[in-house]
Amino acid sequence: MALEVGGITIETDEEGYLANLTDWNEEVAGEIAKAENVAMGPNHWEVVNFLREYYNEYQIAPAVRVLTKAIGKKLGADKGNSKYLYELFPYGPAKQACKIAGLPKPTGCV
Amino acid sequence: MAAPEVHAPALKEYPVIPILAAGSMAASKPYVASEKINEALGFPGKLVDDWHGRAIAKMGELLGESRALRVYLDSCVHCGACTDKCHYFLGTGDPKNMPVARQDLVRKVYRRHFTLAGKLFPKLVGAEDLTQDVLEDWYKYFNQCSECRRCSVYCPYGIDTAEITMAAKEIMDTIGMGQKYTNEIIGKVHKIGNNLGLPGPALKNTLETMEEEVKEETGLDVRFPVDEPGAEVLVVVPSADFFAEPHVYSLIGYAKVFHAAGIRWTLSSHASEAGNFGLFIGNYEQMRKIALRVREAAQELGVRRIVVGECGHAWRVAYSFWNTLIGPFDWLDARHPVPQHICELTWDLIQRGAISFEREKNDHRIVTFHDSCNVARGSGMGGIPRGQFILPRGIIRAACNHFHDMAPETIHEHTFCCGGGGGLLSDELLELRVKGALPRMEALKQVVDAHGVNFMATICAICKAQFSKVLPYYKFDMEMIGGVHQLVGDAIRLGRND
Repeated sequence: MALEVGGITIETDEEGYLANLTDWNEEVAGEIAKAENVAMGPNHWEVVNFLREYYNEYQIAPAVRVLTKAIGKKLGADKGNSKYLYELFPYGPAKQACKIAGLPKPTGCV
Repeated sequence: MAAPEVHAPALKEYPVIPILAAGSMAASKPYVASEKINEALGFPGKLVDDWHGRAIAKMGELLGESRALRVYLDSCVHCGACTDKCHYFLGTGDPKNMPVARQDLVRKVYRRHFTLAGKLFPKLVGAEDLTQDVLEDWYKYFNQCSECRRCSVYCPYGIDTAEITMAAKEIMDTIGMGQKYTNEIIGKVHKIGNNLGLPGPALKNTLETMEEEVKEETGLDVRFPVDEPGAEVLVVVPSADFFAEPHVYSLIGYAKVFHAAGIRWTLSSHASEAGNFGLFIGNYEQMRKIALRVREAAQELGVRRIVVGECGHAWRVAYSFWNTLIGPFDWLDARHPVPQHICELTWDLIQRGAISFEREKNDHRIVTFHDSCNVARGSGMGGIPRGQFILPRGIIRAACNHFHDMAPETIHEHTFCCGGGGGLLSDELLELRVKGALPRMEALKQVVDAHGVNFMATICAICKAQFSKVLPYYKFDMEMIGGVHQLVGDAIRLGRND
């Protein structure tokens, strides 16, 4: 599969995750989000940016408790929980937010 | 690509055998593994040119290795006892999801090539060639069997139907038709050590976060040690316990149990996965290689005991296969079960009065228990008959005041699969997963209506992930699902062992 962004074709896997993580930029993220029916607001970007920062350091997306804790610090304690993250990313913060952040899909029993 | 729209079947007042819907699931199939994924496991990257010859040769090889497989293929009399026992059949109505019909996809090819009558008079005995269409059916419908073995419980001949599914998957892997979800995960275990692909530094960072969280909650230094030499117990857990909700609450529960009992334990970054997807594809070599990491870690760390966390098929592999895969275990402490399930450890501590609970802390919960298929039908616990049913319920009753079992034909050895087992917990199979959960959802609804049940405990990471996903399709709250040690963790009395 592939994604068209600004006249450039970007390769993805069967489910729409980027094949090459280096292809990511904010415009690409916007296109993926559109396909996912997610309207990106500032708080969505906070999550996506944190995922990318964490991935750069650890080569994996953060565990849910690591993510909620970090988001709680950035956006306020009332938002540091998975309920809020599901509001932002209804198909699940791990998978849908990772896809928009251009990261590989978390695998396993999750 | 947004999530596909999936509609759950309506919950009926009492279970009804569905009207047949031929071909209704003919479009359901998982992604085929890429060349890179398959080759990393030593399988052909893609469908090989002489796939027919190699598939039949592999079938012959498996028949030679397993007398049981030949008996299972020979002895079915098509009595029909299994037809309405499969959750995928009950949820989809597709007749090829009747266990007998699914097995016949292999059985007819077996007859054609390995029985005299089938070689001479194929039409008379229902023997058929392995055509492209039949192979396609294998890929679709053996990926609609979660190897839960419920149908086997009702089979008067004791045919282990999962063995036939596993054989079909093994043959498909041999010819380059591996399934993406399962094979990608097995590759990650070989390379990184767990299904998630969580590297050591990330694991340490995650566990540090857990320590901080529990400190905030309890004020105590409850530890989540990793790679700690000198520990008595190595705990291997499904890696989802590090990563996802509600799994992580059980991890907190285990840590609190060890803290309260004053047992020195450790996790391992080398063996950071209890799960063993080698079982799902019926491949002994993959299974052995995955299990070997546990032995290596245990010996490296010098532990005296190995304990397995809340993971259904991991416990089946540990309980039934570890001894042949990675045994003997004469170097471990024989005064404890080898290996030991976390429920056995916790139950033993409860019996000896070494840990206790403030049950009222779980009073907001009315609890039921979902038996996971591999634990229920493929293992034991506590060294007593039916211990795998008794111990988890005993722990729940020790930690909670309100417990109600679901209908007897849906629990214990009759339990229904969650709908996501056997390597089918993949997003592209969501429709199958939602529909396959129907029988469990109906049983759950009964206790919700009758007793106000609001929490379904289980001891399997797949069950937890599957139910979190599918509960909302049936208008239940996704937070209704959780682990037995989540309940333990919320109510256990913590001493000053920090």
